[in-house]
Amino acid sequence: MPHDASALELILSGDPALISIVRLSLIISLSAVAGAALIGLPLGALIALARFPGRELTIVVLNALMGLPPVVVGLAVYLLLSRSGPLGSWGLLFTPQAMIIAQTILITPIIAALARQTIEDLWVEYRDELAAMDVGLTGRVATLIWDARFSLVTALLAGFGRAAAEVGAVIIVGGNIDGFTRTMTTAIALETSKGDLPLALGLGAVLIAIVVVVNGLAWGVRRAGERLAG
Amino acid sequence: MRAPLSDLPIMLEDAAVVVGSLTILNDIALTLAAGAPTVLVGPNGSGKTTLLRLAMGLLRPSRGRVTWGGRIDAASTRRAIVFQRPVMLRRSAAGNIRYALKAARVARSESAARTAELLALVALSALGDRPARKLSGGEQQRLALARALAKEPQVLFLDEPTASLDPAASKAVEDVIRAVTARGIKVVMATHDLGSARRLAGDIVLLHRGRVIETADTTTFFSNPATHEARSFVAGELLI
Repeated sequence: MPHDASALELILSGDPALISIVRLSLIISLSAVAGAALIGLPLGALIALARFPGRELTIVVLNALMGLPPVVVGLAVYLLLSRSGPLGSWGLLFTPQAMIIAQTILITPIIAALARQTIEDLWVEYRDELAAMDVGLTGRVATLIWDARFSLVTALLAGFGRAAAEVGAVIIVGGNIDGFTRTMTTAIALETSKGDLPLALGLGAVLIAIVVVVNGLAWGVRRAGERLAG
Repeated sequence: MRAPLSDLPIMLEDAAVVVGSLTILNDIALTLAAGAPTVLVGPNGSGKTTLLRLAMGLLRPSRGRVTWGGRIDAASTRRAIVFQRPVMLRRSAAGNIRYALKAARVARSESAARTAELLALVALSALGDRPARKLSGGEQQRLALARALAKEPQVLFLDEPTASLDPAASKAVEDVIRAVTARGIKVVMATHDLGSARRLAGDIVLLHRGRVIETADTTTFFSNPATHEARSFVAGELLI
């Protein structure tokens, strides 16, 4: 990445290093959203449907975990994946996979908590009908997730926003290695510390543009889906 | 091939439903046997909806017992209910029926034909692809009927199926109920509408303050009610 180029020139010229950083950032954040959705949506649905001792406390804890400090998550994953840690033999520290794991842990509570609220609202509507149709627990969870899918887009967007903007966890477990684990946020942090503010600003502009575009697409999908599905 | 009839008669024996300090149903002794529709009538809060839910098996009695074909724990696979405000699943009209068929474990190979048949039964064939939540109230009520019929019930419970519908929509729903009865399905229906009760019922059960006040065949109930409450109710007076 030429250091004397302006941010705008880098963006307009399609600088390969910049594109590589953007691509890696998207892969990590979207993979984390996918992983967190696989865990968080059913988890949120189960908590919405199930009645068990300690449920209220579970909801409070889940909501509190939405504010998990990224550096704490990064540290925990670092300790797990470090050579002397319980998962050290996997050799994942300072790889994109480690960054995906950290971000998945970070955003799973966000998706689960928001999904829990959305699905619980729908469950109030559907409870009698599904009971009358003899739909079992697994079927209820699947039905509620499917029928709330357009509302759940908001939960996924919240997770994506958190993942895309996050720097603390990925810099700890990824190491910000040039060309390998450097993402937009870690690059912005690095360039700012080096005093290369135009580049940092350029990356920031790209990051904001991506978040806006993804949110716009998701909003469009949600509105179209609501029109078609009722 | 249909399984042998087994959920009828439904017998409520001294059944009561108590929620907190509130007794919603008390000392209910009632037999729902195969045949013409049984219609539950009574003022608001008399316990009609709770009685339907109890007989459907969605509620357990606080006292007494309910048996289906002599069994206490009969699964509700042969019973269906349409609630007063049926909730449409967020999919098309046909999708709602397909969902109910799947829940009733109808083979996928039969699903398309059964869906078309049920849509035709409730005169919604032309609206199968429309989002269910965008149908009119009467159309949603008929779709709910079709959805309930997906599991080929022996007994169909209907909670105020014509409430809030205009005369044309009410007639369409009543036509479906007659078609359902003609198929040999026992209909148990709660309604405020005495005209609808007179047109559809084989026998009438009058509820008041959570108790069965009178049970009679339709002709007797309307022409020669035995109790003071029934006479007042038939005369259109307010039962308080």
